[in-house]
Parts: sequence; structure tokens; C-alpha cells
Amino acid sequence: MANQLPISVGIGRQMDYWWTVFKRTWRGGIISSFGAPLFYVLGMGVLLGGFIEGDPDQLEGATSYLAFIVPGLVAAHAMQLAVEETTYPVMGGIKWHKTYHAQLATPLSARDVVNAHLVFVLSRVASACAVFMLVLAPFGVFESWWGPILAFFVQVLVGMAFGTVIFGISARMTSEQGFGLIFRIGVVPLMLFSGAFFPISNLGVVLEWLARVTPLWHGVNLSRMLCLDTMDWSLAGIHLLVLVAVTAFGWWFAIRGLEKRMVD
Amino acid sequence: MADHAQDRPDPLVPLSPGAAMAVITYRNYTTYKRFWKLFVTGFLEPVFYLFSIGIGVGQLIDSFQFNGQTIPYADFVAPGMLAASAFNGALMDSTYNVFFKLKYDKLYDQMLATPLTTADVARGEILWGQLRGASYSAAFLLVMLAMGMIHSWWAILALPAALLIGFAFSAVCMGLTTYMKSFQDFDKITLLQLPMFLFSATFFPITAFDGVTRWIVEATPLYRGVVLCRELTTGALSWASAVSVIYLVVMGVLGLILVRRRLDKLLLT
Repeated sequence: MANQLPISVGIGRQMDYWWTVFKRTWRGGIISSFGAPLFYVLGMGVLLGGFIEGDPDQLEGATSYLAFIVPGLVAAHAMQLAVEETTYPVMGGIKWHKTYHAQLATPLSARDVVNAHLVFVLSRVASACAVFMLVLAPFGVFESWWGPILAFFVQVLVGMAFGTVIFGISARMTSEQGFGLIFRIGVVPLMLFSGAFFPISNLGVVLEWLARVTPLWHGVNLSRMLCLDTMDWSLAGIHLLVLVAVTAFGWWFAIRGLEKRMVD
Repeated sequence: MADHAQDRPDPLVPLSPGAAMAVITYRNYTTYKRFWKLFVTGFLEPVFYLFSIGIGVGQLIDSFQFNGQTIPYADFVAPGMLAASAFNGALMDSTYNVFFKLKYDKLYDQMLATPLTTADVARGEILWGQLRGASYSAAFLLVMLAMGMIHSWWAILALPAALLIGFAFSAVCMGLTTYMKSFQDFDKITLLQLPMFLFSATFFPITAFDGVTRWIVEATPLYRGVVLCRELTTGALSWASAVSVIYLVVMGVLGLILVRRRLDKLLLT
């Protein structure tokens, strides 16, 4: 592209479009954004947690099961929301509603289309995580005031790591059938085995190391260390590095994917 | 020529219910073959939950008392997962899939242009869901058996129990789906599905609730199914098990009547 728009201009020109999308769809998202994780907090954290002893030695430093699962649950929820927003909607832009076709027929490039969509995903994930962390604050599950704030940024970063990579995959997929598989053999096992519900040391050595290489575990563990004030700064550095690296790769992967599919 | 005419069914005579179900099942099988990956992976979901919650979280929990028996947490959760997976599967099949066929594919309009009746459509669709559910439940029970989580011969009846749960929810949810106008209405289903899944004593004993809440939970259909499966795999049966069975049968039959009436109203008037 000879004369590409600056990134901010590229995104800015699509703000009104995504604002309209938001205004028309936010009601449908309320239950998946706020209802679902609230039910999990109640069912798993409070009710099941009532049967679990709040032993910090077994719960990675948490004094109750609720305090243990909340940081992980919010991170896992960020992943889930980001995947939802970058599967069917991306296929819609390419194949069903063809909004990307329309957008690319203007001076916007594939990069701009991806960026604006990702900003929309970011705002969805950020608002859902922020509401959650605020609602949970009075329940005494956080050990410091600054930790949960940093944990919030980590959760959003988890969302972006998954959002960008899945965008790239969706842009390369020809049929929506694959999305069912992404959820069943990707999102669900990640949510269940990346340390959100129980310490990964309960998995046994082999599976524990497998869990350690998943990006979600890095997000869950960092989020938990921040919320429970059990920081190990060198480990935190690794977590952050992994999440940033995955996001950076995903961003490139998504742009390249849409370019290949629709521009080249 | 005359021989051929005898082979072919008379188009003016309705099919027998059995023949109609066979035709619809064959149709579903033909179209579903394309989605075999989704079919196979559907079985994995309850197994993942069993390993994660039952074993991962289970290490944090002492054993539970159930009808006088002491059982490890994983053995307690597994029958809950069996019931919940029958419930979730039935819900998916009888809501999203049925809505799509009814509204977008116009599949039922097409079927009714043949000798099939609305009752055939209802029975045929529910049977298909049941076949799928039965294969998942059977596989899940084998996993439980392999992991030593089954403690009684009564567990053989856990398969029909899972099917009964599937039937009851399929029938009622298919009936409710006929009232839906757009995909936005599915949020209401999630709103019912998720709390039922999480609060029906699937993951923890009913003693977590007390007073009115406990009474309400005990009256929900999924709780009846969960307890029934748990009673069967642990062998701790009681007369309350019969209540669960009757409850689910009545629910399913009422659902079937509703589906038939609604399809008559939507498609034949």
C-alpha cells in the first residue's frame, strides 16, 4: 500500500461503525459478560468453596477457595470473551455480512480493519473484567489495593493474547465448523486445566508442565499473585513476557491473515 | 409395473410412527455425517470436567457422605457430570438446532409437505438427540468404570436414566423453542441453563443449601436427574429414586404434547 493511513486515523475512522455495533448488541452480551461468571463465582467459589478448607499451603497462598479462584476465573473469562468476539464475528465480516469487504473498499487497509475490531474486543473484555473486579472487591478476596488494579491489566492482556491469535485463525478459516472445535478442544480444556479452579500441582508432574506452557496459565498465575500479594517478581516478568509476545505475534498473524484472505 | 407399485408406499396413507422416525433419523444421520468431528469431541466435554473438577479440585476436598455412604469427591461428581452432560446435550439439540431448522432452514415445513405429521417430526427429532446422547452417556459410563468410580450393578440403569433426563429436557425445550422469535431469546436459555448446571448439587452436596432454597433446588428437574444417576452409580437407591423417575417421565410427556400442539399451530394453520 503506497499511502497507508496512520494507525490512529485508521482506527478512528471506524469508531462510529463499532459504536453502532455496540449500541445494537450490548444487551445480548450482558448475560455472557456478567451473568455467567457471576454464576461460576457463586456456584464454585462460594458453594463448592464451602466444602474446601482455606489452607494457604494448598491454595497457593489464598486463605479461602473463593479468594483462590476469583483471579483465575476472571482471567479465564477474559479469554473466553475474546475468543467469542473473534470467531463468529470475524467470519461474519469476511463471509456473511461482508463488512470487511465494505471497509476494505475504502482507503482503510487490512491492518486498520483488524486494529479497529481488536479495539472493540479490548473494550468488551476490559469492561467485563473491570465490573467483575469491582463487584468482588468488597468480599475480601484481595490482599492489597494496587494488586487487583494491575491484575485487571493482566486480565485484559490475556484477552488480547487470545483475541489476536484467534482472529488470525478465524481469518484463515473457510467454514464455521472449526469454531466448535476451537471451543471444545481449546477454550474448555484451557479454562479447566490452567490453574483457574485448582493449583496445577494437583495435576501431576507431566500435566503440570503442560499447563505451564499454556498462555492462560501465565495470565491466571500472574493475576493470582497480584490479587493475593504473593508476588515473585522474576516469575511475573516471565509471565508478562509470554503474554506480550503472544499478543505481538497474534497481532501480526491476524493482520497477515486478513491481508492474505482479502487483499493479496 | 404392478410389483413396483406395491413396493412403494401409498402417498395418501400416513407412515406408521416407527417408519416415520426411521426416515427422520436417516435424514439426520446423512446430514450429521459432515459434522463428525463435532460429534466425537462432544464426548470430551464431560470427561474434561470430570478430570478437572473431580480430580483436580477433588484433591482439596475430603470425601462426602451420600445416602449413608462415604464416597471420594471424584466419585461424587462423576454421576453429576453424566446427568449434566445429558442435560446440556439435550438443551443444545432441542434449542439452537431446532430453532435453526424451524426458522431458517424451514426444514419442518418441508417435512410436513411429505406424509410426515407434526407428531412424527417431534418424535423423530427427539429420538435423534437421544441417540447422540446415548452414545455420549455410554462412553462416559465406560470412563467411570475404567477409573473405578462405579460401585454397584445398578449403574447399568444409569444409561437409561441419562436418556430419561435427555428426553425430558429435549421435549420441554423443543416446545419452548417454538415460542422464540430471534437468537436473542437464547440468552434466556443460558440464564436458566447455567444456574441449573452449577446449582443442582452437581458439584457439591445438597446440604450446601438450606430452607426454601434447598426445597427449590430439590424440585428442579436437573437435581432429580443428578440424584438419580448418583443413586444408581453408588448403589444407594431409595424410594425417592422412583419419584425422580416419575417426575422426569411426566415432564417429557407433557413436553411432547406441547411440541405437537405448537408445531400444529405454527406450521399447519
